[in-house]
Amino acid sequence: MSLSVTDLRVHYRTLRGDVKALDGVTFEVADGEIMGIAGESGCGKTTLGKALIRLDTRMKHAGGTVALDGEKLPIADDGAMRRHRYREVSLIPQYAMSAMNPTRKIGRMIRDLLAAHNVRYTDVLPELERRLELVGLDAEVLKRYPIELSGGMKQRVVLVLSTLLNPSLLIGDEVTSALDVSSQKAVARALVEFRDHGFVRSMIVITHDISVLFQVADTILVMYAGHLAEKAPARTIIDEPLHPYTKMLIGALPKVGDRYEEQQLEGIEGRPPSLLDPPAGCRFRARCPLAHDKCAEAPPFREVAEGHQVACWAVS
Amino acid sequence: MRGYLARKTVIYGLTFVVAVTLNWLIPRLMPGDPVQRMVARAAVQHPETIAAMTAYYEQTFGLDLPLWQQYLNYWAALFRGDLGTSVWLFPAPVAQVVLDAVPYTLGIMIPAILLSFVVGNSVGAMAARSRWLDNVALPVGYLITAMPYMWLAILLAWGFGVALGWFPVAGGYDFGMVPQWSWAFAGDLLQHWVLPFLSLFLVSLGGWAIGMRNLIIYELESDYANYLSALGAPKRLVRQYAFRNAMLPQITGLALQLGTILGGALVTEIVFAYPGLGKLVLSAIQNQDFFLLQGTLLFVVIGVLLANFVIDIVYVLVDPRTRTGLTGATA
Repeated sequence: MSLSVTDLRVHYRTLRGDVKALDGVTFEVADGEIMGIAGESGCGKTTLGKALIRLDTRMKHAGGTVALDGEKLPIADDGAMRRHRYREVSLIPQYAMSAMNPTRKIGRMIRDLLAAHNVRYTDVLPELERRLELVGLDAEVLKRYPIELSGGMKQRVVLVLSTLLNPSLLIGDEVTSALDVSSQKAVARALVEFRDHGFVRSMIVITHDISVLFQVADTILVMYAGHLAEKAPARTIIDEPLHPYTKMLIGALPKVGDRYEEQQLEGIEGRPPSLLDPPAGCRFRARCPLAHDKCAEAPPFREVAEGHQVACWAVS
Repeated sequence: MRGYLARKTVIYGLTFVVAVTLNWLIPRLMPGDPVQRMVARAAVQHPETIAAMTAYYEQTFGLDLPLWQQYLNYWAALFRGDLGTSVWLFPAPVAQVVLDAVPYTLGIMIPAILLSFVVGNSVGAMAARSRWLDNVALPVGYLITAMPYMWLAILLAWGFGVALGWFPVAGGYDFGMVPQWSWAFAGDLLQHWVLPFLSLFLVSLGGWAIGMRNLIIYELESDYANYLSALGAPKRLVRQYAFRNAMLPQITGLALQLGTILGGALVTEIVFAYPGLGKLVLSAIQNQDFFLLQGTLLFVVIGVLLANFVIDIVYVLVDPRTRTGLTGATA
């Protein structure tokens, strides 16, 4: 068992009260698993990713636990968490384009970062060069400044840098969102390759783009308004989703071969509820075609088949 | 880099030519006639004597020639290091008078600029991470930055000079002393130096501190700082990076500020009757001394241009982004 998250609650402090961005989330990620998290914006997927490595100053840990390889992570304690960062949990941020200090050569920055972790740069240099080559970069990039690299190159440098100390868990937040389709494919392939080489034990890939997840992820977790909706193998989520939200989300994707001149591509009516004071019960209720009285009570996130969990009263 | 230097040199060269031309032109556009003034000083009544003296002085100063020739002569003399003869301190050469005053001005300006830059930036960087210091440093910084140089100088002169009597309020050294290499004279020099230095130093200090504080806060919120923290980098490393990057706009600020600081130094010197370039400019204007005014302003112009040139070079060395931009490398 690599990662196990139990009833995790993370709130944002705002002037109008706490926004319950993550409201009781329980799931597990197995060794070697690449889990994708999908959902529309504001559903809590980025909050979940941040909560696992570094809460920002507005975020508050309101309850629940995170355990990695059997050890509990002190996610609310920034100082204590530092020991776990990079070596055990690592991150590829949303902003890989600007993730590196513009006035330091890349090699120098890596050297500084490794020194802070008591690792000698010269010791890892051969491995670093090997991995750069693996993602199609010349070792010469270490002598360059970030501005001298293209967006895709920076993304790959960040990928290599983030995984250099072989973390147990890698969190990739919108890794491919800023890239064009061909770079997207290269990065997606590199992610899988890194897992296959054992550079990273397991991975959480956060994106709003389900088609990317389909290329990369073994399992997909669908989130809605701070709650989990459904988790299943990627293929199952695409082909036979059970949760009405997942169905509508998948239904909103264009399909190859379909023509959209005559038929309208369906979106999902309505908006997610405010998380400042979320309604009780199932949060998708207001937009759900299958909603009935029972939905006023929150549905449990339970296993309906091997490796397939759903939170919906309409699914037996 | 070489192309950049060449371009900069051309720009600075052009600026220099324009500055020197204006410098030559402005005294001539001022009302009043210096030769008349010198003749008047001699207090002669005889019209022929007056005519003879006027002719002599005009020839001595080259004022009998047509303007364009005066201009060319000015340039020629400039390259020979000859800035002309002072009218006010006739017959002392201008170059000598100015060179005597330059050390005093540099002596208060260079330490004031460098120290206020270093101290201000350090205080600002510390204020960015300490709420207590921030609450103290920020209002104090705004207060002293908003003060005009001469006003602060007068306050200091009154407070430390008149009320407390710790420091002398006027002059570069005691009038009873003769400039010489001795400990007593050096001590006296230092005592006279403190107040003019302090007023310049204090006014610049607040601006640097406030700027640095804001820049550091901005840098610590930036993506690279967040990424480093997420990868478990200690606060010290993140702050080190933030400080270095925040210094870049401050260096540009220094280049922009030089002229203002210099203006402040000149005014401060006048308040303290400090024998630097500022006092010289004032005396030259009061005495209609074309050549002294020209010479002094020339030194000021050269000083500002040189300092800006140095900062330009330093900036290219510390910020790689400007470097690649000018060699035309593709990102």
